[in-house]
Amino acid sequence: MRNGSIEFVLDGDPGARPDVGRAVSSDTGSTFSISDDGPARRVRRTWLDTFDWRLYRAGLALEQVGHPGRSELVLTGRDGERLAVAQAGAANGSDDRARWPALLGALPPGPLRELLEPVVGVRALAPVATATSQVRRQRVLNSDAKTVARLEIDQMSVTYPAKAKAAPRLAVSAVRGYQAQASRLGAELAAAPGIRLGSGSALDAALAAAGIEPAPRAGDIQLNAGMPAAAAMAAILTGLLDAVEDNVRGTIRDIDTEFLHDLRVAVRRTRSALKLAGRALPAELASRYGHEFKWLGDLTTPTRDLDVYLLGFEQMTAGLVGASSEDVSPFRHYLERTRTTAHRELARGLRSARFARLRRQWRAELASVRAVRKRPAVADLAGRRIAVAQRRALRAGQHITAASPAGELHYLRKRCKELRYLLEMFGSLYDQEQRWQAVRELKALQDCLGAFQDAEVQREEIHAFADRMLAERSAPAATLLAMGEIAADLAREQRKARMEFDERFAAFAGPASQARLTALTQAAAT
Amino acid sequence: MKILATYNIKGGVGKTATAVNLGFLAAKDGYRVLLWDLDPQGAASFLFRIKPRVKGGGQALIHGTRPVDGAIKGTDFDNLDLLPADFTYRNLDLMLDEAKRPDRRLARLLAPLKSEYDLVILDCPPSISLLSESVLHAADLLLVPLIPTTLSVRTLDQLTEFVGGFNGHQPQVLAFFSMIDRRKRLHTQIAQDLPAQRPDFAAAAIPALSVIEQMSVHRAPVTVFSPRSQASRQYASLWQEAKERAKLGEPG
Repeated sequence: MRNGSIEFVLDGDPGARPDVGRAVSSDTGSTFSISDDGPARRVRRTWLDTFDWRLYRAGLALEQVGHPGRSELVLTGRDGERLAVAQAGAANGSDDRARWPALLGALPPGPLRELLEPVVGVRALAPVATATSQVRRQRVLNSDAKTVARLEIDQMSVTYPAKAKAAPRLAVSAVRGYQAQASRLGAELAAAPGIRLGSGSALDAALAAAGIEPAPRAGDIQLNAGMPAAAAMAAILTGLLDAVEDNVRGTIRDIDTEFLHDLRVAVRRTRSALKLAGRALPAELASRYGHEFKWLGDLTTPTRDLDVYLLGFEQMTAGLVGASSEDVSPFRHYLERTRTTAHRELARGLRSARFARLRRQWRAELASVRAVRKRPAVADLAGRRIAVAQRRALRAGQHITAASPAGELHYLRKRCKELRYLLEMFGSLYDQEQRWQAVRELKALQDCLGAFQDAEVQREEIHAFADRMLAERSAPAATLLAMGEIAADLAREQRKARMEFDERFAAFAGPASQARLTALTQAAAT
Repeated sequence: MKILATYNIKGGVGKTATAVNLGFLAAKDGYRVLLWDLDPQGAASFLFRIKPRVKGGGQALIHGTRPVDGAIKGTDFDNLDLLPADFTYRNLDLMLDEAKRPDRRLARLLAPLKSEYDLVILDCPPSISLLSESVLHAADLLLVPLIPTTLSVRTLDQLTEFVGGFNGHQPQVLAFFSMIDRRKRLHTQIAQDLPAQRPDFAAAAIPALSVIEQMSVHRAPVTVFSPRSQASRQYASLWQEAKERAKLGEPG
């Protein structure tokens, strides 16, 4: 039952016109009769989601429905209930996909956009499936010729991601006050040959017809404790290479900033994994590929740094007292221009022969890693590495005093990242609840260190930007003054994060938290 | 939510025909409409092919033992629902008499529906009674069909005077001529002169036409089965006037 209607799937030839009337007629002993309700409609449908299926995972479906001459966006919930509708502008024939991908800012302001914002965030919406539906409405009449239910038969031809015909779907919805008769009708239909109860949305049906599994869980490598460490590391690194490759196209096309972010995360994790694998992997692999992945990481840094600036620009400038929004706009334009140049450089690197070679050779290398030695088992390696990373983080944090320079906090941040990657990389070995607890405490500390370090870097960068803008004569005095105010705000943010540090570190370094971490790895090793 | 009532002390003047046609036209315009067939004869229910029966009868509705929305039935038309008649409605006066503040009872029963409907149309039985008093108190606009005679106009004046004496909320009155027989000189003369002279008269007037009588054969509003007929055109212009008088906003 979806959105108050009973749903059925009609078996048989998906291309043929289904005859529901045969199932509900006096021949079958039914007291109902069926009458057509207007001509069939042709509807163009485009389902939109983010690259990582955020809407689907949240139980939402966003559909652009194209009628002749117009199109609208419809957001529905898990049970098919309509949550919001917005006009999507004039439809453009078969070119409904042309306007996508697009960020949320491209949608008209209103309830639909407001509902999407917390789920979609900075990600772009892009078609995940398109189809054309032939929709026929019929009425179900009782013996007084009164309409007691409406039928909607949807014959859908999927056009993307693959051409396929979905099995026709039938929805029965009761007219108000006639639920009992509609239920009786539903029972008659369910008993008829070639008609079966169905569930799932039209999007599910379209994806199933196209042979696509929605929202695949990427990157979750299932390990077991006794697995040889070399095989486990190869599996983890292959998963990370998949993640890198999944995000290359979106990064080059600059669809949204998350593609680059996810690509960078996968690169950083690869570098950490290479470092932390120790003797589990052939020695020359770490040195050879460590260098290449550093190159790849460095290639992505300038664009990401500018993304961070631009994504936080509104927030960064919202608190300005002395400067106006016009004062900061040359700074924003400068950042945008610089980002365009940086992204061009990044895209060139990602299209380069060097990167293609790295991907090809690295995959082949990982495929050839054989578990020559059965020992160590992955749980032993993970336990040891986590214990070392835990000790290092503790030691680095305990050295920090009120007089410590920023570099010491940065060093601690790197140690925490290592620990976090290990907990995530080997995550499937551990009790999920315990791991979640451990990551939660670590994350609280990381957030504080991140806020401190980001403010430090941004403050330094803002000076460099100001120098360059001055040299280029692209900054009026008011803009430079505004940038000074932003730098002062960042310094305040940094101080605030510094003041929170002691408390956050104490929580992480406390006996309860440390005991949880130790217990986590020991339980997996036994 | 606005409440519109078709009311006249006399029977057979076109109250039900007006209620069902205006109900359909409003729903077609996109308003969410509920028509309450208060007449125990159940003519409006019959026209929409809905059984004139309410679980628990009028008693359950008036005393609130069953919620009003549980008795609502969907018609064959989008946006148009019906609260059917029930034979027990013949005793609604007695039931209201037992209730607190009987003259405000209908308004209170309808209040919970205001988020669900833009317009409620009350199709009243012909009488002067506690029920009609309750209808007059609940309504924002009274649509009064009149056969064009001098006596009918006198009844209208009495009605206007009666509602003018209400404390607080007073419904607007919009009269219109109904069942005009073109062959009768008096009918055509009154129907021609009065609307121009009195602001409480609609310009639209419904002639006596057999196509309106055929509604009971088709069991549908004339505006459905004969939308281009003269009768349908007059109902459409009456609907426009009623909509403006009731200050009904654009459909949500």
